[in-house]
Amino acid sequence: MKTENKKAKKLRALEKIPSGISGLDEITGGGLPKGRPTLVCGSAGCGKTLMAMEFLVRGAVEHNDPGVFMAFEENEEELTRNVASLGFDLNALRARKKIVLHHVRVERSEIEETGEYDLEGLFIRLNHAIDSIGAKRVVLDTIEVLFAALPNENILRSELRRLFRWLKDKGVSAIITAEGGGDSGSLTRHGLEEYVADCVILLDHRVNEQLSTRRLRVVKYRGSVHGTNEYPFLISKDGFSVLPVTSMGLDHPASGERISSGVERLDTMLSGQGYYRGSSILVSGTAGTGKSSIAAAFVDAACRRGERALYFAFEESQNQILRNMRSIGLNLEPWVKKGLLQFHASRPSLCGLEMHLLTIYEAVKKFKPRVVVMDPVTNLVSVGTEIEVRSMLTRLIDFFKTEQVTALFPGLTTGDSSQSEVAISSLMDVCVLLRNIESGGERNRGLYILKSRGMEHSNQIREVLLSHLGIGLVDVYAGPATVLTGSARIEQEGREKAEGDRRKVQMDRRQREIERERGVTDAKVAVLRAGLEAKIEELNQEITEETLIDQVNAKSRFSLAANRQADAQPKSLGNGTNRIQETTE
Amino acid sequence: MSAIAKDGKKDSPKAPSQETWELRLYVAGQTSKSVTAFANLKKICEQHIVGKYHIEVIDLLKNPTLAKGDHIFATPTLVRKLPVPIRKILGDLSNTERVLVGLDLRPRIDLPA
Repeated sequence: MKTENKKAKKLRALEKIPSGISGLDEITGGGLPKGRPTLVCGSAGCGKTLMAMEFLVRGAVEHNDPGVFMAFEENEEELTRNVASLGFDLNALRARKKIVLHHVRVERSEIEETGEYDLEGLFIRLNHAIDSIGAKRVVLDTIEVLFAALPNENILRSELRRLFRWLKDKGVSAIITAEGGGDSGSLTRHGLEEYVADCVILLDHRVNEQLSTRRLRVVKYRGSVHGTNEYPFLISKDGFSVLPVTSMGLDHPASGERISSGVERLDTMLSGQGYYRGSSILVSGTAGTGKSSIAAAFVDAACRRGERALYFAFEESQNQILRNMRSIGLNLEPWVKKGLLQFHASRPSLCGLEMHLLTIYEAVKKFKPRVVVMDPVTNLVSVGTEIEVRSMLTRLIDFFKTEQVTALFPGLTTGDSSQSEVAISSLMDVCVLLRNIESGGERNRGLYILKSRGMEHSNQIREVLLSHLGIGLVDVYAGPATVLTGSARIEQEGREKAEGDRRKVQMDRRQREIERERGVTDAKVAVLRAGLEAKIEELNQEITEETLIDQVNAKSRFSLAANRQADAQPKSLGNGTNRIQETTE
Repeated sequence: MSAIAKDGKKDSPKAPSQETWELRLYVAGQTSKSVTAFANLKKICEQHIVGKYHIEVIDLLKNPTLAKGDHIFATPTLVRKLPVPIRKILGDLSNTERVLVGLDLRPRIDLPA
């Protein structure tokens, strides 16, 4: 759209004047045709007057274009009061000569007509009003009142033709409002589009299944490319805004920054660092699987980092969420008080999808959060069909990505079917699935990551434990045949522990047995050694005695020999003793 | 002819309001329509309320701000200020019957289409 706009500018095809209405300028590629009249038509109560008024006020305030509002239906005071609720101070603008309100009262009962006349009186008044402040923008609301007041339609039609010609010549950019819904299928009741044919914008207010949606469509824009879709619009306390969401492209930035999910083990499952900034995360599961808790942990982590978080609650009120999250050790209240966390709690059936979309859009634009939670996103299905919800979510996600807002969507699934998950999970970057695992007469929560774009992630099922200490993820018992959680897991773990204990005891016993065996053996060795030593001692004693006997014998033999005068000496005494010592060693 | 005053009755300027007809003719310049309208008006007044009327002609080209007071959007427009209620007659006043009905000088019956 931007490039087309640039091209148009280069060729100087058609000058445009910014309408100041958020979104409309994007659809029309720059605004309304400059110096030409634009027809805004629609049925009663669809916001024609407001749109026209905002065109003037924004022009006066933001673009310094003075404007004239010529009202045929409401007087100055009524108009001023009506738009005061949108924050437009008409009295101040009138005092600054930025805006002239001009009420033209047309009272059928007072009027009689005879002969030729023209609407020169109206021209003069308009001309005077325009010249008095040098107006560049003009609104005629609703000129069709004249059709009811003046019986002579021929005069009126030719005069209107002249009026629009005159407005063009005057060079003012004008909005002419007209009632929609003619019998002959024309856009307006009196066929004004015949005269004002440069730009026609159709406003629509339709009620579908008791929910109203406002939509805007540029039916015609002579000499300009424009968005042709029906765009939802919103009249809020900040005025009129159109959301040209379908014109958004897929060219949003992709951040490499990672942010924590608020649950430590979940971060480690996501390759240790958590989600990518600006990604969209679907946390889906059946009722009571802890989706909101994971969302709250995420919000808590964001606030801890000092980032702003916006929480759209479609099921619970702010106080309820605060109370409930306290029970799992998440105290969000300080963040609310600090202004880091904001809640928007509303029932989905409060308004239509488009309205929700715009409310979210406006809230995000205003609060500028880094993190958004929509809990639960699937509740919006009650407002529209799946296709509508899907298209709305597409726009929403595109918007969040453009703003680099990380969005977490808890999604409720019914039963075990993953139908609705599939419908929206393709839009999501990360899908965290929470499951109820029922076994052994109890229910436990299991968590796993279905997908996570652009990162390695764990394929393991973890068990979610919610306690007053917060959210914990623990490994489930994954046996050869089954996965155990909860008390079955604890039981299994207990069994394993007991087995381990038993083995340890056994091992200890064996160890002790060894010690004991060693002790016994050592004792035996000591006894034997003692016996051996005793034996050796005894033997040595015997040897000594024998030696003594030998010596005595030798001595006596010696003396005997001496006595007998023997010629040879007996051998030395030492040799016999030496021989015994060698054997003992 | 910014403001032409025509006094029909000169001897009693302080007549009761019911009897005085205060008429204003708004025109946009000296067009054929405004001239015709003034002539027609003059004729009708002279025929029906002679001496009891007062006509003020206002040219909006010269006094554009005056248009707002009587909520004028078409020209020529004849406004009957008095007697109340205010009545307005658009056009060059060429249909005398309609003017008379418009000014409440004749009951609203048998109106030609």
